[in-house]
Amino acid sequence: MIEFCGVSKTYPDGTHAVQDFSLSIPARQITVLVGSSGSGKTTLMRMINRMVEPTSGSIEIDGQDISKAEPVQLRRGIGYVMQNAGLLPHRKVIDNIATVPRLTGVPKSQARTRALELMDTVGLDRALAERYPSQLSGGQQQRVGVARGLAVDPNILLMDEPFSAVDPIVRDELQQEVLRLQSELAKTIVFVSHDIDEAFLLGDQVIVLAQGGEIVQQGTPEEILANPASDFVATFIGADRGKRRLSVSQTQARGDDRVLVDAGGYPVGVIAAPEGRLAVSSASPKSRSVSNKTDQAGDA
Amino acid sequence: MNWVWIGDNLGLIGGRILEHLALTAPPIVIGLVLSIPLGYAASRSRVARSILLSLGGILYTIPSIALLVLVPVILNLAILNPLNLVFALSIYAVAIMVRSAADAFASVPRDVVASAAATGFSGRQRFFEVELPLAIPVLLAGIRVVSVSTVSIASVGALIGIDQLGSFFTDAFQRSFLTEAIVGVVAILLLAALYDIVLSRIGRALMPWNRKQSAVMASPKVSTVPLGGSL
Repeated sequence: MIEFCGVSKTYPDGTHAVQDFSLSIPARQITVLVGSSGSGKTTLMRMINRMVEPTSGSIEIDGQDISKAEPVQLRRGIGYVMQNAGLLPHRKVIDNIATVPRLTGVPKSQARTRALELMDTVGLDRALAERYPSQLSGGQQQRVGVARGLAVDPNILLMDEPFSAVDPIVRDELQQEVLRLQSELAKTIVFVSHDIDEAFLLGDQVIVLAQGGEIVQQGTPEEILANPASDFVATFIGADRGKRRLSVSQTQARGDDRVLVDAGGYPVGVIAAPEGRLAVSSASPKSRSVSNKTDQAGDA
Repeated sequence: MNWVWIGDNLGLIGGRILEHLALTAPPIVIGLVLSIPLGYAASRSRVARSILLSLGGILYTIPSIALLVLVPVILNLAILNPLNLVFALSIYAVAIMVRSAADAFASVPRDVVASAAATGFSGRQRFFEVELPLAIPVLLAGIRVVSVSTVSIASVGALIGIDQLGSFFTDAFQRSFLTEAIVGVVAILLLAALYDIVLSRIGRALMPWNRKQSAVMASPKVSTVPLGGSL
């Protein structure tokens, strides 16, 4: 569990990135910090591995104040996945994944064996092991980034807008991959995003942030979607534009086809299209995870 | 062109090429080694950058003949000691190389360094395992310029009696014998080309990631510095 207690960050030029921020991030779940730029979401995440030091307040991981920890040691115990993967361009894929274990003194052969296993875990072909990052596609690089983040088997994984630079199809794939990995590994994941759809898809808990790290709403995606706490949240999740208000339309389709449109008339999905290509019955991994969440909510 | 003279003096020519090599290799290495910490400091702080680069610029403008007269006094060495020339050439090498090294470290992508820090590289590991290797392309371009310039400036040593390829110029002048001057020029050009080839081979060997990416990228454009500008 990660606990923020009254954390503020003021930069020397006087800008308040974060003011009096308190939050409890539960273990073994995905918590998404979502907000537009200037909301302090990345600053907050970087405080967890002491890349940014708070001006005041404290952060605890499992009851231990991290300001007492040695930053380099702390970072080696926390997985970190960033935008554009942040891979070392002069190291092969396998050595990139083995980087952190090597830093902590794991023998090279052992670290490499583990790196190959991790390539399987994140769905990378082992044939790519001896390539350099520049020889991979953006999606493959991002998978390497995730594998590197998992290399020391950390309890905590920080993901800083990891998929914002890849194309939508690859992003979908990677998001599903995160959900699959999480169902197997159950890490405490803190995920930063500016994309509310990504937040709703991935988050067990979603924290909507306004300027200066102000929490405007926190809860499950379902809670936030059904009851936006303010006009700000409604705008942010697109409710005010009718993006979330769906209705069945037959007028836009032919024959027996029935499609779903939002209040703005934008077609968002298909309910029935007998001659169409969209599979209707097969459940995606996400639909399972949604029902899981409802169970958890019921238990609590 | 007196070919007979060349044939008769192959031993002398070979010997002076070796002398020239022995006098120029140490300053190139010293220039590289010293410029790495200086360039790194310059890439980290704006103040350090302006001080170090101005200092480099000033040192490079000292006329070489003046420097060669001053160095024995400063080092308290005999005027004919070859170390005087090595010392003077090292000063020029550092003066040029400091700028390249500062640019080299500035060229390392910030997000890669940040990501290395975030994944738990200590400051020292970050320097040796991330910043230094990624600075190689620009360092290499700089050291290639330094090697050519050092080979060229070294010939001035003939004026203070240190024997190397430049001695062909002083001999040619005293005896009005053109062949010797041409031999000196050609030998210096060949030596400079040799340095360039060897250095770019070393760079290729050090940067396998660049080689696989594309063959064109492996030979960075060498920026133009007026060669022997201080002669």
